[in-house]
Amino acid sequence: MKIDFQHLQSAHCESGVTSSLLRQNSFSKITEPLAFGIGAGLFFAYVPLIKINNGPAITFRTFPGLIFKRTCDALGIPVIRKKFSSTEQAEAFLLKCLEEGTPVGCQVGVYYLSYFPKEYRFHFNAHNLIVYGKEDDNYLISDPVMENATKLTSYELERVRFAKGALAPRGQIYYPKNQGEITDEQIKKAIVKGIKKNVSTMLHIPGWFAGVKGIKHTGNKIKKWRDKLGLQKAGLYLAQLVRMQEEIGTGGGGFRYIYAAFLQEAYAYLEQDELMEVSSIFTQAGDLWRTSAVQAAGIYKGRLGSQEDFNLMGDYLLEIAELEKTAFKALNNIKWQ
Amino acid sequence: MKKEHVPQDMSSLGKITKEVQYATDGSGKYVKELSSGWDVKINALDVAWKDIEGRVAGARQQVLDGAASPLLFFMEYRLMDIGILADYTGFWKWQIKRHLKPDVFNRLSEKKLKKYADTFNVSVEDLKNMTIHED
Repeated sequence: MKIDFQHLQSAHCESGVTSSLLRQNSFSKITEPLAFGIGAGLFFAYVPLIKINNGPAITFRTFPGLIFKRTCDALGIPVIRKKFSSTEQAEAFLLKCLEEGTPVGCQVGVYYLSYFPKEYRFHFNAHNLIVYGKEDDNYLISDPVMENATKLTSYELERVRFAKGALAPRGQIYYPKNQGEITDEQIKKAIVKGIKKNVSTMLHIPGWFAGVKGIKHTGNKIKKWRDKLGLQKAGLYLAQLVRMQEEIGTGGGGFRYIYAAFLQEAYAYLEQDELMEVSSIFTQAGDLWRTSAVQAAGIYKGRLGSQEDFNLMGDYLLEIAELEKTAFKALNNIKWQ
Repeated sequence: MKKEHVPQDMSSLGKITKEVQYATDGSGKYVKELSSGWDVKINALDVAWKDIEGRVAGARQQVLDGAASPLLFFMEYRLMDIGILADYTGFWKWQIKRHLKPDVFNRLSEKKLKKYADTFNVSVEDLKNMTIHED
């Protein structure tokens, strides 16, 4: 059983899955950047009370599932989403979808994801992939971060669908309900909605730990890490920051570039000059995130380590926070025609 | 970032798949570009694994010294904390904390040991001896 489905590689798993699942209805018009932007995928949060792999929990993305949900909501497409308490039910439902010819998105954990290299397998449960068929005991998998389509045995797929720990996927499956063609008018409205949503999550979210305020807070915090944690642990924390920032499926600098690409594509639909201007600000922000990562690497590799080096690292984040604040304020001020 | 600046440092992922990166072309338009990896990221991952190796070695020593049961070793080896282990095995966290004591661990039933062994993907014998065969 194999559904006619074309694998498409993307930069980020959930925006990739969203774009791929909507491809048929949108005639490929919902590209990855559009899905990311309409889904208001850009985010930042420093969660001080939670530790991941013995380091600080820093996220550059929204909650898993939100990009898909927001994109479909903004386009007016109903979403089917199911969680399961038993593995048998989860597989039966998946098979039913495939028999009906529907490719489906699955949330999975990466620790047991056999086609990932071992070095990348942590207990991270917010990865997304598409199942589009079954041959013998193998499920046909389109994992958006991989260059080519791949396969998992039914046991392997069950294991990653029922990975345990934080954000356990519990067999979660989702797909858009078939609603016919997506029109340009729908896309235009959805773009505006997505931008407004992202302005609100980055500028107006309460609390000091999230949005642009969160970036600023983290920048100030980093300056104190050297004294508070000692050089070795501070290096470990910075390495964690960079991994959260740049790693596959998470991306921080990379996310800014996707957002910049989104604004360019949005301009093609809405022709508001501000979109192009703000796009270039996000390009700068992405570049600066990467510069900060290079500085962090200098510290965790042991090449740098003075308090000034930590100050510079913190200052990069303060500068980024200002830059992104300017960008989102400009988006907030657009008079939509 | 400009297309030609997309880093191409070979990573362990790069041998299996390249990653998509959005970057600008000559006219400033964003396009998809493939990257085989970036040294900054490779080093960050190395730092994380070096830390893990240190923790695994430390745990092994604690078990050999009789300060902890082999569970500690396998938890570090499988990157699990007590919460994740509790979710996989169905034990309560306070039970696992008890099982981390060598004398309690040594009296565990075969059934309970099997639960841990299955979670760590090893045999009960290997669980007791801190032996790893695969990967």
